[in-house]
Amino acid sequence: MALYLLRRIMQSGFVLVAMSLLVFIGVYAVGDPIEILISPDADQEEKERAIRALGLDLPLWQQYLVFVSRALQGDLGRSFVFNEPAIQLILQRMPATLELAFGSMIIAIIIGLPLGLYAGLRPDTWGSKTIMAGSILGFSLPTFWVGLMLIMIFAVQLGWLPSTGRGDTAVLFGIPWSFLTIDGLSHILMPAFNLALFKISLVIRLTRAGVRETMLMDYVKFARAKGLSPTRVTFVHVFKNILIPVVTVLGLELGGTIAFSVVTETVFAWPGMGKLIIDSINVLDRPVIVAYLLMIVVMFIVINLIVDIVYTLLDPRVRLESKGT
Amino acid sequence: MSAPTLEVRGLSTHFFTRAGVVKAVENVSFTVGRGKVMGLVGESGSGKTVTGFSVIGLVDPPGRIVSGEILFKGRNLVGMPEQELRDLRGNRIAMIFQDPMMTLNPVLRVDTQMIETVQAHQKVDRETARQRARDTLGMVGIPSPDERLKSYPHQFSGGMRQRVAIAIALLHQPDLIVADEPTTALDVTIQGQILAEVQKLAATTGTSLIWITHDLSVVAGLADDIAVMYAGRIVEQGPVEQVLDAPFHPYTHGLIGSVPSRNKRGVPLRQIPGMTPSLLSLPPGCAFRARCERPIDACGDMPELTERAPGRFARCCNPHLEAVA
Ligand SMILES: Nc1ncnc2c1ncn2[C@@H]1O[C@H](COP(=O)(O)OP(=O)(O)OP(=O)(O)O)[C@@H](O)[C@H]1O
Ligand code: SF4
Ligand SMILES: [Mg+2]
Repeated sequence: MALYLLRRIMQSGFVLVAMSLLVFIGVYAVGDPIEILISPDADQEEKERAIRALGLDLPLWQQYLVFVSRALQGDLGRSFVFNEPAIQLILQRMPATLELAFGSMIIAIIIGLPLGLYAGLRPDTWGSKTIMAGSILGFSLPTFWVGLMLIMIFAVQLGWLPSTGRGDTAVLFGIPWSFLTIDGLSHILMPAFNLALFKISLVIRLTRAGVRETMLMDYVKFARAKGLSPTRVTFVHVFKNILIPVVTVLGLELGGTIAFSVVTETVFAWPGMGKLIIDSINVLDRPVIVAYLLMIVVMFIVINLIVDIVYTLLDPRVRLESKGT
Repeated sequence: MSAPTLEVRGLSTHFFTRAGVVKAVENVSFTVGRGKVMGLVGESGSGKTVTGFSVIGLVDPPGRIVSGEILFKGRNLVGMPEQELRDLRGNRIAMIFQDPMMTLNPVLRVDTQMIETVQAHQKVDRETARQRARDTLGMVGIPSPDERLKSYPHQFSGGMRQRVAIAIALLHQPDLIVADEPTTALDVTIQGQILAEVQKLAATTGTSLIWITHDLSVVAGLADDIAVMYAGRIVEQGPVEQVLDAPFHPYTHGLIGSVPSRNKRGVPLRQIPGMTPSLLSLPPGCAFRARCERPIDACGDMPELTERAPGRFARCCNPHLEAVA
């Protein structure tokens, strides 16, 4: 286990270096922030001073080295726009995104698992067919459109739920969270559901496929031949087996949800990282973009590691040491 | 005299598939007395497993028992409420499956899978159930059962897994065990050991056995009676020595000719030419006709299962009666 972890950390290091290069070059290829940051009527001298101050006069490879040496000391640069450390900007916004992502994950499980289970156990019923048709909608409807529809119905027409912002927050571990207050919960419900829609469909389909496949296995028939109740067969013998793919896929989805909740955050004016990155891209705030992308890479690495560990807990046939890569 | 352990009368189990009705078991009757072993023999697809599942009431759709009676100690299992059937399954009637690699749930520990079987039929605490599981594991020849209880199925070899499955079948000292080719997937030495042990257990506990196999040499040493199935029907039935010494039915004759140990040295093994007919398009008359060495005109009508010698039945118009005549 320790050996495995060490190897994983080393691999992660390589991935991080490669990604930082790609991100750095990529961001520099996108455009020149000076055009945006400095007013058009600034004179040449003023402009050059700004360029030097931001370190943009150095050749690209030197800029990269400066960036790396600072990054190793935990400094990912200062935002051109806010003149604050980029990492701090991102960390400030992170809790909002995290609670949104986890909220959507919980909604996906609470709604997706039972529906998928039902559709898998009773595949020929009218209800199952409706569920499956609904899951296709969940896959194919564009997130922003569903978000707008939700606002139209629940905020504008019915006036049940607020449509923007985080609402009241309460502090836990020195961080403000919306999910700790009723008002906050009412704010998070719609965006979390919006973000969950795709995942609900995913969980339904995974669960249904898993149930149908597992029900045909000899060990399920053997469990029935032992005289176990249908409840025990379903919720112990079948369920434990389908949890494996569901947890794996959802775990990997979590990274994507955190990284790309941009659309939902924009629609619901949710002050998370997604909204920050969109704003930063608009003004070509390079340090924030780079720091954000690297953060996301680190997050994916960590999530993958956690998924792998959970996977071995669920499936006794998999041992971490024996895995090659 | 009390009722025999199992009396099957005119059992027909059909599968209603899209391609048509598969008559997997057709008008099958047999009796298994207390402590007796009945060998159920036939080629692949002849309906042995479906007969076994019918007996424990686990025929799944699109299959259904369409007619007949299954009297277990005088009570008819056909049409019995599911709850009552479940009380018998794994308790008074147990089944051992064909493929030991597939019968145990891969994500549950062996102790879980054994304890749940004990507790499904008896109100005992976990510790008592665990002790029973351990004792039974020891009984079927698993070394250091206390440790092995904590293992997962993949940590056992095929032979050991089958022993675990046998132990599970024995947990409640059932009156009847349906053993579906339990040794076919194992190598010959282990096969021999398991056969010897099961035989001993059956003799000491008075358990009756239906031993399903396509290997006549297994039945020869183990069974009291034998029923030979072909295309869903019993074609020959009787005391095992008599049937093997002087088979009436040309199919049984062919089967015996293809067993190496029963052949005289130097005489080449005979194969039964041709293949099992499709159950979907059985021609009228004797199902074995296309492969039979001695068909006569009368074979165009389905022959009845008739008593050709005391206690010996064959479904054939032109049986080998020379030996007993
Ligand atoms: N679920 C099912 N749907 C349709 N046909 C089925 C189904 N299960 C079994 N059958 C048919 O029933 C027939 C008998 O099958 P069965 O499994 O009893 O054979 P078997 O004698 O046990 O063969 P083997 O030695 O290969 O185990 C086969 O022709 C099979 O095609
Ligand atoms: S009934 Fe006729 S065809 Fe069928 S096995 Fe007997 S002799 Fe052969
Ligand atoms: Mg079979």
